[in-house]
Amino acid sequence: MPKLPTYDDVKGNVQDNVIWKSIFRPGSIYRKGYRDTSRDRALASMNNVLYHLHPVKVKRHGLKLTYTYCLGGLSFFMFILLTVTGIFLMFFYTPAAGAGTEVAYLNMREISASVTFGQLVRNLHRWGAHAMVFTVFLHMARVFYHGAYKPPREFNWVVGVILLVLTLLLSFTGYLLPWDQLALWAVTVGTNMMGFTPVFGDQVQFVLLGGMEIGPDTLLRWYVLHVLFIPFVTVIFLAVHFWRIRKDGGISGPL
Amino acid sequence: MSDEVQIDQEVYDRLIGEGKSERIARAKAKAAAVRQAKVAEGASLGPKSPEDAAKALEAAKEKAGGGGGVATKTAAPAEAQAGGGRLTPEERSARVAASLGNGGNGGSMGVPTSSDHTHRLLALVPPAGIQQVQSKQMDKVYTWPHLLLVEFVALLAAGSLLLIAAFFLDAPLGSLANPNEVPAINKAPWYFMGLQELLAYFHPMVAGVTLPGVFVLLLMAAPYVDKNPSAKPENRKVANLAFTFFLTFWGLLVIIGSFLRGAGYAWVWPWVQGLGFTL
Ligand code: HEM
Repeated sequence: MPKLPTYDDVKGNVQDNVIWKSIFRPGSIYRKGYRDTSRDRALASMNNVLYHLHPVKVKRHGLKLTYTYCLGGLSFFMFILLTVTGIFLMFFYTPAAGAGTEVAYLNMREISASVTFGQLVRNLHRWGAHAMVFTVFLHMARVFYHGAYKPPREFNWVVGVILLVLTLLLSFTGYLLPWDQLALWAVTVGTNMMGFTPVFGDQVQFVLLGGMEIGPDTLLRWYVLHVLFIPFVTVIFLAVHFWRIRKDGGISGPL
Repeated sequence: MSDEVQIDQEVYDRLIGEGKSERIARAKAKAAAVRQAKVAEGASLGPKSPEDAAKALEAAKEKAGGGGGVATKTAAPAEAQAGGGRLTPEERSARVAASLGNGGNGGSMGVPTSSDHTHRLLALVPPAGIQQVQSKQMDKVYTWPHLLLVEFVALLAAGSLLLIAAFFLDAPLGSLANPNEVPAINKAPWYFMGLQELLAYFHPMVAGVTLPGVFVLLLMAAPYVDKNPSAKPENRKVANLAFTFFLTFWGLLVIIGSFLRGAGYAWVWPWVQGLGFTL
């Protein structure tokens, strides 16, 4: 019987070829010859497109759980998770409503009843959305109590407030999509208020609803806002937010 | 990790003996081992001794024709000075010709095989063009593995919590939307319950537009209004008190709206009339 290759043989063969080396740049922990040295640790963050959102080194106090409570990071994680689960739901959902063609609502029923993992993914999307609003709120509170908005971080706080508003809008536009009684009337409460905008009230409401009252046009409009427009704007502000953290000298503190 | 990193046991033991922490001792012993390995390979090591550095600087000045300039804090290192000093256009084209031409024996890229002129990516930057970053040396650690590990654990923890919640609790789905049938309990999502609660006290324009607008503007203005440079809690009691007050006020509104309001938005006790709240 031929000798079986050992784990190290296999690992060596997998790692020591042109293709592997072309994928994992020097310093990657997956590349052959990674050593736990300062140089390779630095390269590990520099040579990876995701990790290099981070600086090579961070302040030691920022690592303590009780400094950030990971809240900004968790808000971002929620955003990613909502994007992934949201794309899944989009495969099974049509934003159409109106007498005789209650497709949106029927789609929701199907997602729960017959789509594989449909109910689970819908639950993840729903609870994830609530969780994101919550973590963003808490993140704002922790930033305030640390005085982390003080110069040079004033503007990043303003970007943060915009992100908070965008998060609320994302949640709120999504709330209408199931097109059930809960959705319709919760959203009615909100949009009625917007109708009281001074001077332009009626116009604001008309643009938001795509008509005089909530109907099939509102659903289509809010669907586009929810899956495309607001996420797009949010990603832009997230990019500015993260970039400014780096440019403002990394995380604030120590206190 | 494939190559197990060697540590210099002697150095390690000595440092531990001196009462250094395990982390420091390990790091220094590791560095010592790497250094030894390099010396064994015949590589020249790290920072030059002061004498060597001074000698190199002299040599460089000589090469540049004595015009080495004053070494200021922001001036480029001696090496760059020597190679990249200001050239006249003629000198420059002569150099370029020398490095490119050389009778075609310079390899495919036109790099001369025998010339001490090497390609450089360094350039001289006038001092005015250098951004002066004023910051204290801080206690820092490498992002990999320290920060990325923490983030990964946080991600796993949050992800599993959410997965458990999604497994056991189903998102609500009521009956089909019907614009002609107003439900008895009619509430906004919880994060807007504060606004809806305000609606019970104020005109809709005030509760729905003016107040939220003012709140958002106040939030955005906070860093410009709060001129206190200190971030220490003991120095910013007023700010913290104001913000805590704001959060508590808002939280109370949300709680009242969510749990203590029932049919027709009348005040109810949830243990009597039941919970009129859906997530
Ligand atoms: C979608 C929402 C948001 C995401 C994904 C996000 C993400 C992050 C992340 C990852 C950090 C790094 C430090 C940390 O985790 O605490 C951070 C810092 C910061 N965030 Fe946010 N953030 C969001 C919303 C906000 C909001 C609502 C505010 C304030 C109103 C804000 C203000 C700040 C400030 C000032 C910093 C710098 C803090 C420091 O240096 O200590 N962000 N954000």
